[in-house]
Amino acid sequence: MRRYFLRKIVVYTVTFIVAVTVDWAIPHLMPGNPVLTLMGRIQIQDPQTAQNMYHHYMRAFNLDLPLWKQYWYFWVSLFHGDLGTSIVQFPAPVSSIIVHAVPYTLALLIPATLLSWYAGNKVGALAARRKVLDNSALPVGYALTATPYMWLAIILVFVFAVTLGWFPVGFAYDPTAVRGFTWSFISNLAYHWFLPFLSLFLVAFGGWAIGMRNMIIYELESDYAHYLESLGAPQKLVRKYAFRNAVLPQVTGLALALGAILAGALATEIVFSYPGLGYQIYRAITNEDYFVIQGIFLFIIIGILVANFIVDIVYLVIDPRTRVGMEGGRT
Amino acid sequence: MTTAPVAGPADSAPPSVPAAAKQLTTTQETLYFALRNRKLVFGASVTIALLAFAIVGPLIARHGPLDYTGHLSWAPTTRYGHWFGTTLLGQDVFAQFATGLRLAFLVGVVGGGIAAVIAMLIGFTAGYRGGALDEFLNMITNIVLVIPTFALLLVIAAYLQVRSVLVEAVLIGITSWPWAARAVRAQTFSLVSRDFVDMARLSGRSQMQIIFTEIAPNMSSYLFMMFILLFGGAVLIAATLDFIGLGPSGTISLGMMMQLSVQNAALQLHLWWWFLPPGIAIAMLVGSLYVMNVGLDEVFNPKLREM
Repeated sequence: MRRYFLRKIVVYTVTFIVAVTVDWAIPHLMPGNPVLTLMGRIQIQDPQTAQNMYHHYMRAFNLDLPLWKQYWYFWVSLFHGDLGTSIVQFPAPVSSIIVHAVPYTLALLIPATLLSWYAGNKVGALAARRKVLDNSALPVGYALTATPYMWLAIILVFVFAVTLGWFPVGFAYDPTAVRGFTWSFISNLAYHWFLPFLSLFLVAFGGWAIGMRNMIIYELESDYAHYLESLGAPQKLVRKYAFRNAVLPQVTGLALALGAILAGALATEIVFSYPGLGYQIYRAITNEDYFVIQGIFLFIIIGILVANFIVDIVYLVIDPRTRVGMEGGRT
Repeated sequence: MTTAPVAGPADSAPPSVPAAAKQLTTTQETLYFALRNRKLVFGASVTIALLAFAIVGPLIARHGPLDYTGHLSWAPTTRYGHWFGTTLLGQDVFAQFATGLRLAFLVGVVGGGIAAVIAMLIGFTAGYRGGALDEFLNMITNIVLVIPTFALLLVIAAYLQVRSVLVEAVLIGITSWPWAARAVRAQTFSLVSRDFVDMARLSGRSQMQIIFTEIAPNMSSYLFMMFILLFGGAVLIAATLDFIGLGPSGTISLGMMMQLSVQNAALQLHLWWWFLPPGIAIAMLVGSLYVMNVGLDEVFNPKLREM
């Protein structure tokens, strides 16, 4: 068990270092001086202001220092929670932009991921080897999981918001709503939250259902299942055991799928103009606000690492093999 | 997925030696099950139909995908060859759709292909050699696996001033191989200890020869299915990247069509012919690939066939 955790921590630490290094290196690897590119985009007329801006950026990037020092300062400022300053939303620091956006993203991501995982596994397990259910659930599941997240979001907006008018077209709350911890504001938030949540949920659900369905078929055809059947165990019991074994790879899959679901959440937010990380990234990309993009990347890495670690702990609880030191499942 | 003693004649990893005499019958049998498998036939036909469209579509389009025809927001019509209508800005949706579909195939083949090659290189080496090299490659795989591909692509693509479809495909390829490398490694691992590999080793053949003549052919169906999944994944990732605004410059992709339609309020203006086709195409392509994959799995692995 200690070995298990030690391995994980080593991998995550190295991953973090690699990710930060890549994040730092990308702007340096690209041709051209990023500051000049930025200056060109802003188009300041007054030479004095331009000069000041140039120096400000050179200092902000630490571009006047030798490379190793630049790298070192990147780490120092990272540990001070300093991710730079947004150019478009000047003078807002990137960290505060992230802090304001994260709750919205998490509010979509966490419920959609957990609920789709749970529901998908249940439905997938039910559908496996049951002719009628399988024939209806399987095509639906494949259609859902093959659908690009943003496209399902577009369809939901078009049908339920634009055409039927049941839900708002976008944003996290009405611009006229009074913000506060009141029932009316919270219900307003929930009302705006539902469609983006639903579109994320549906696509992810399809993937989980398919995964579980295929996994359970493997399990039902395995030796222990056949043995149990030959002993005369009821089908329900065999399925129960198969499910418990099939759920293990699905937990691993949860860690692997996080990146894809996150990408989906970012794209979904853009469709709904939902003010989470995805929307901020979109704004940053259309305005070439590089600090924001880099900052959000680092934040996402940290989030993914934490999520992976949680999955590891869950795995430890549900798979006894990892506890007794056998190399089960995830290594 | 242990090999049970009751394994059928075409198990996922059939012993190679006795197969020689029955070669024809095994192939025939595989073909028989392949043609009888509804999932495989359905998936393959849809994919081929889309491929045909991607090849022919741009040739029969009457307008360039980025040309402004001056016919603003037309619903689908036969006039002027606007079979899929036009956008708010007067561009022909059919031409954009056909071009986008072609690019989707390009990204899928190149991105999925590169990912598959890297996955095989790493998977075969790690699985065959084992030991410290395996540990090292495993570490690299785990690191790339944990780093969210999409976020990484986002940063790289954002810094590229001029983006091409090929660069996008290559980037997707070099970031999306880890799960496949793991799968190949695991499969190789289970084959390495088999008798026929020992025999090959005793006969003094080189490592490369053993990997490519003994191990790879025995998991060829598996590798093919892996490529299909990587193909589909690359198409989806590219669509999402393009949608976020990091699409290739100077052309149009399915993801960019969706982005532009959202940006130009096509939803509010009810220009459904603009945003429906790109999503339908991606869902159909990726979905049919997935369905084909399950079909192949059933063909090659008799245990999974429905009774």
